[in-house]
Amino acid sequence: MKPAAFDYLRPESVDEAATLLTEYGGDAKVLAGGQSLVPLLNFRMLRPSILIDINRLAALDFVEEHGGGLRIGALTRHHTLETSPLVRERFPMLAAAMAHVAHLAIRNRGTIGGSLSHADPAAELPMLARLLDAEIGTSAGRHAADGFFLGPLTTALAEDELVTEIVLPSLPSKTGWGFEEFSLRVGDFAFAAVAATVTAEGGKITKARFAAMGVGETPLRLRAVEAAMTGNIFTPNLVAEAAQRARDSVDPSSDLRASTDFRRHLVGVLTERALEAAWARAQ
Amino acid sequence: MTKAHRIKTTVNGVISEHTVEPRLLLSDFLRQELGLTGTHVGCEHGVCGACTVLIDGHSARACLFLAVQADGSRIETVESLGEVDNLSALQEAFREHHALQCGFCTPGMLMTCVDLLRKYPLANDDEIRDGLASNLCRCTGYEHIVRAVRAMAAKR
Repeated sequence: MKPAAFDYLRPESVDEAATLLTEYGGDAKVLAGGQSLVPLLNFRMLRPSILIDINRLAALDFVEEHGGGLRIGALTRHHTLETSPLVRERFPMLAAAMAHVAHLAIRNRGTIGGSLSHADPAAELPMLARLLDAEIGTSAGRHAADGFFLGPLTTALAEDELVTEIVLPSLPSKTGWGFEEFSLRVGDFAFAAVAATVTAEGGKITKARFAAMGVGETPLRLRAVEAAMTGNIFTPNLVAEAAQRARDSVDPSSDLRASTDFRRHLVGVLTERALEAAWARAQ
Repeated sequence: MTKAHRIKTTVNGVISEHTVEPRLLLSDFLRQELGLTGTHVGCEHGVCGACTVLIDGHSARACLFLAVQADGSRIETVESLGEVDNLSALQEAFREHHALQCGFCTPGMLMTCVDLLRKYPLANDDEIRDGLASNLCRCTGYEHIVRAVRAMAAKR
């Protein structure tokens, strides 16, 4: 189908974009990569009266070192995250996860700010933002990723608020990562995925973070798994404990593609694999 | 009535100016305004890949991009590759390996492959299949397309 009619505005600066959003509020939608927005327009599931195209805002397109971590501009494309040497050095899991996001033609256009704002519960970047305790910078201030995702396609963003950057705090030394996703075909939406970071010292896990997606209304932090790992020696029993706690932490819905039980089972398996991979990389 | 916009695009090396409605998709602009019907329109929501073109050198779905966004951009469609009597190397590989039957998906397949061959090693069939997973073909069974891409990857 074709979109319903709208007016098109192309601001030249972040300030101008924010001003336009304030002026038009709920009548406007921000157009970044458009890989989620334009299908919704074509289906006429959304009928905004104004599109604010931020694709020319070069000031939002950057990947920078930031206190051992990274600052990433909202307009940074998925393919840039996949290939940026700085991302590969600081957060190789972020680069690796991008291979699971749709396909090259989509990754060439889709942006990190768009993915976070769209807040699909089965999207990789929102899950990684939660896992890595990211801060999401906007035209109005900052949000902790923890309180940012409120429901499916629902965030804490105000109607006139524009995501401008994401800040990923540095990882402690001896921290390894795991990213495990299950989908029927490469690039399809995942049935489930689990990501983990594990910090190791002398055979013990000193800090662990786990997050899951596709199994709830928002990406989830698996705090019960994290609590059970911290301070413990890595053993097969501990891996089994992580999987059990992960299964107990989620209550996925059933749909045509996968049942509740299958998704819960997957979360256990993916948690085991993510923990083992993260532990191995932490050594 | 929404405001129309004047845009200047470079499509397959040809610069032209047009007045477009904001909601006009790039896929429809190429086909209806420019008469470049090589770009096919399948699902119109980014899934099938038939409308894949290069925007400023990178593959993208023309159905998920507005013509008005193309102002100042360089677009390449399947018509930029070769002609019936003078196929590009990739088109020739598709012909040689029987990588098309009805041809509906072929323009999108070709433009996808141009970008895949530039950006990825495509060192084995798994990588080639992962790349081609972005485009649907309902008649070849994909095997012959994989062969064509394998041949091109080996030639680089």
